[in-house]
Amino acid sequence: MIKVNGRDRKWEENLTVEILLKKCKYTFPLIMVKINGKYIPKEKYKDTIIIDGDDVQVIHSIAGG
Amino acid sequence: MFEGNREKQKTLAAFEFKPGKVERGYTDRRLYINLSENKIKERSIDPQVRETFTGGRGYGIWYLWQAVSDKTKWNDPENEIIFCTGPICGITQYSGTGKTHVVSLSPETGTVNDNNVGGYFAPFLKFSGWDLLEIQGKAKQDVIVFIDGNQGKVVIEEATGLNSDTYLLTEELAKRYANDEKDRRKISIISSGKGAENSNLGIINISWYDSRRKHIRVKQAGRGGTGTVFRDKKILAIVIKYSGVNANSNNVANPELIRKAGQRLTKEILELDHIQNGMREIGTVNLFDHMQNYNCLPVHNFKFGSHPDASKIDSKVWHRRMTQNQAGDSCWIGCNLRCAHAVDNFELATGPLKGGKVLVDGPEYETTAGFGGNCGCFDPDFILEANFYCDNYGLDTIGVSTTIAFLMECYENNIINKEITEGLELNFGNVEATLELIHQMAEGRGFGKIAGLGIRQIKKILIEKYGADEEFLQDIGMECKGMEFSEYVTKESLAQQGGYGMANKGPQHDESWLIFMDQVNNQIPTFEDKAEALHYFPLFRTWFSLVGLCKLPWNDIEPKDNKQKYHGMEAAKVPEHVENYCWLFEGVTGKPLTPEELILQSERVHNLQRLFNLRMGFGTREYDRIPYRAMGPVTVEEYESREELYDKQLKEVVYFDIEGKTTEEKIKVLREYREEQYQKLCDAVYKRRGWDVNGVPTLETIKKLKIDFPEVLEVVKKFQL
Repeated sequence: MIKVNGRDRKWEENLTVEILLKKCKYTFPLIMVKINGKYIPKEKYKDTIIIDGDDVQVIHSIAGG
Repeated sequence: MFEGNREKQKTLAAFEFKPGKVERGYTDRRLYINLSENKIKERSIDPQVRETFTGGRGYGIWYLWQAVSDKTKWNDPENEIIFCTGPICGITQYSGTGKTHVVSLSPETGTVNDNNVGGYFAPFLKFSGWDLLEIQGKAKQDVIVFIDGNQGKVVIEEATGLNSDTYLLTEELAKRYANDEKDRRKISIISSGKGAENSNLGIINISWYDSRRKHIRVKQAGRGGTGTVFRDKKILAIVIKYSGVNANSNNVANPELIRKAGQRLTKEILELDHIQNGMREIGTVNLFDHMQNYNCLPVHNFKFGSHPDASKIDSKVWHRRMTQNQAGDSCWIGCNLRCAHAVDNFELATGPLKGGKVLVDGPEYETTAGFGGNCGCFDPDFILEANFYCDNYGLDTIGVSTTIAFLMECYENNIINKEITEGLELNFGNVEATLELIHQMAEGRGFGKIAGLGIRQIKKILIEKYGADEEFLQDIGMECKGMEFSEYVTKESLAQQGGYGMANKGPQHDESWLIFMDQVNNQIPTFEDKAEALHYFPLFRTWFSLVGLCKLPWNDIEPKDNKQKYHGMEAAKVPEHVENYCWLFEGVTGKPLTPEELILQSERVHNLQRLFNLRMGFGTREYDRIPYRAMGPVTVEEYESREELYDKQLKEVVYFDIEGKTTEEKIKVLREYREEQYQKLCDAVYKRRGWDVNGVPTLETIKKLKIDFPEVLEVVKKFQL
């Protein structure tokens, strides 16, 4: 199990940031990802593996209405 | 279109004034006009009022309070329509400083209403020497109020027999009051249209002159029926003429601070807008795709949050349709966000201007989501046509589209039929019927007479006259306090439900927009977190209306490293932009301002507005209730469209065994849970705001805020528990 934005989510093997964002349907172009508090730059989404128990934050920078 | 030239029009009143000098952002004068008595006067602004309410909407609400009684109705002569400026209004070195803030009693809610709108009016008004334009009374027949800010003249002119619709009227008035083409840039016009005469959903348009297109452009004060008040007073137009705007028209205290803030923001906009929101490319409609992708786009009267046809009207479509001669347009001088866009030479297919090629301002996100998603009309040509005619007729695209979406659901549930609609087949997606209904609303004919009343009054008619199920209509009629919801689905964001329900004027998102912070980012998970957000953000956003600013440059652009330097709610505040605002305020007025003092300035006005609601009989907890459609699924169809999500919540959060349960049973249990959550949220927010459990500001709060004036205390004391 991992946490994504504080909510439990089932972990699976070879889960990268890029795959997680796709599975969560997080399509917004301006997001900031942190794993266990560590900032992950966009160019590393493809290669960064999320391991079981990780706490992932995906913060959307959207201003809204 | 004019029956005669201007010289032949009768002057009903004339007034001469000494063109005022702005001192550190203020003139300390207000221009008072009484249309019943044809009187025009100069009035001062009390230093204590300035100290307590800061300016802009703060002044507007205070002076409206003084003008009306608790018995005053929106269409009584003593109701006022007040156009407010604010100390930062008109600054040309910072983006988004041209807003006019408009205050009046609303025909929809029966209580105090506020709107903000772009265009050149407020800066011209202030530079002419007035912090405020206050109009009371009613003219016997249509009039034009003309203010010449350089000559120091105000006249009320008879203007009978003219078509009030904005598009042609403003072009004619620009010709009439400008000496030549160059002169048009010095004119700003407030107008409305026949939709405002015949419905409760009237807007006012405020113009500026697009010298590149050589065309009048308009922005809208849209919510709550301000245009209906405007036309009820028989104001055809207010025209202001002012020449001489310069970099220091506000005669500021410290230009360096203003320059520093302006340069910092402009650099961010130029470097980052194209990768952040694209305001300069397509404006607010950039939001459309994201709302669709995250299930927040209202579809079919807020039943659903997305639709497969949304791509037909998404941001790529508008990028192609908007005329992109340069990066957007600025609705006031010096704004680099340039979110104003237009579609040129759009050929109208219906209505009084059918066949004509017109300029359509926008469309904005709300208009696209309302007519496109909520009414199920995923057709860009239809949206442009509906947008144009609403602006032209002086109708609120949000109020109209949310009302029509409600009527469509009523039609599809056989609550209304073709006999009641006089032949209109109001199914979701019927563009022809929707356009016809807009024309009928504007002209006050057919079923449009009922539709133009807005959802609250329509519900009453359907229940009393046609025996409709009251409970169902309350659930699906998306209004609160009498105002229609703006265009966001809030089912999965408790904080935004509160943002709508506890907003002073009704469910308009300009008090708070917390959907992503809550629903997606999950940054405010507890009631206390949500209450803190619903304390801070409505107050922060209120401040823009006190000083004359636009909200967009606050968080529709943010420093590149904002989310890395700051976290959670702090990041959402955009601290460096808050600092800009403190610099701006000090730079203009000479008074240092901390972020905490900024919030305090707003808190006084926000609480006064809540007390105004109480005074008019509307401010207690029961008026913060929202329809269940805003909280969760009302119908089986709705529940089953997101069954997995709702089942999961029932199992994991409510601990309800869903095995073998019907959808109806699951809806009932989910509803009990969600309604209880909303009430708990109200408790937490009231407490944080210093209000009692009935939503009434406590005496302690009023005293702490130093708004314990005798007339205010009188209202509060009536409601003390």
